Amino acid sequence: MKSAVIVFPGINREHDMARTLRLISGREPAMVWHADTTLPAGTDLAVIPGGFSYGDYLRCGAIAARSPIMEAVRAFAGRGGLVLGVCNGFQILCESGLLPGVLMRNAQLKFICRDVYLRIERSDTPFTRGYNAGQVIRVPVAHGEGNYVADAETLTRIENEGRVLFRYAAPDGSLDPQWNVNGATNAIAGLVSAGGNVLGLMPHPENHVEAALGSTDGRGLFQGLAEHLSRAA
Amino acid sequence: MKARVTVTLKSGILDPQGKAIEGALASLGVVGVSSVRQGKVFDIEIADGDRAGAEARLKEAAEKLLANTVIENYDVKVLT
Repeated sequence: MKSAVIVFPGINREHDMARTLRLISGREPAMVWHADTTLPAGTDLAVIPGGFSYGDYLRCGAIAARSPIMEAVRAFAGRGGLVLGVCNGFQILCESGLLPGVLMRNAQLKFICRDVYLRIERSDTPFTRGYNAGQVIRVPVAHGEGNYVADAETLTRIENEGRVLFRYAAPDGSLDPQWNVNGATNAIAGLVSAGGNVLGLMPHPENHVEAALGSTDGRGLFQGLAEHLSRAA
Repeated sequence: MKARVTVTLKSGILDPQGKAIEGALASLGVVGVSSVRQGKVFDIEIADGDRAGAEARLKEAAEKLLANTVIENYDVKVLT
């Protein structure tokens, strides 16, 4: 797994992400500055981490989505390259048009920083092959704008195509509005592009990969990606 | 040339901030407010060119950056 972490001004989770990628893959990820115009040769996973790119000015992720490196990310995704966007990264992917919809203010208007439960909807994707369908994992969220919204036609399409990979759920896996922390439509926490190679996810699986931090539930995503890429190679 | 671009949420899109303002107005005793929707205003100066050219450029700005057309509408007005 040769990963590249994209760094925008105002991003603050890039080192968490780099640490996890290093831990799981055994390789140092490349840190790529937003003003760069190319990804390092041989990159097989581009990661947009969380934070507050450009201070969330205008709309979360709006300015980062139009920065020079995103052209390279778009071209990479167009060739089938794997792209993972977490938290602000998800917002940036939506603003860039690589994923449909938009992340609005949390329904209760509060910044939420806590652990949540996610139900894995399917395991036959590069991002979720490290889990079983229906499995519930506990990972943290830290966001003020994670309330996923899309028009009815888009929602029908992404649901019919099975593109929702993660939903906010109760610890037993049932869908309950009480456990849908930010009011996201259809409790959507993470979804993939039509090609299945671009994942946007609000929670932070990269923060739950070491037992010392209380949970390793996030490992499956990164281990699954590493296995997928080692087989593809 | 002075211009103003107004960006508003499309109808049907939930606006929790507008709802909170609506509630705050009610609690301040401002009666008769039945709905509040929050939007954005951009005051822009265009260096030169004709009116039609300015309008086209502002539309481009709104489409490319100022508005997210998934959830927002925009309105362009050249003022002077």
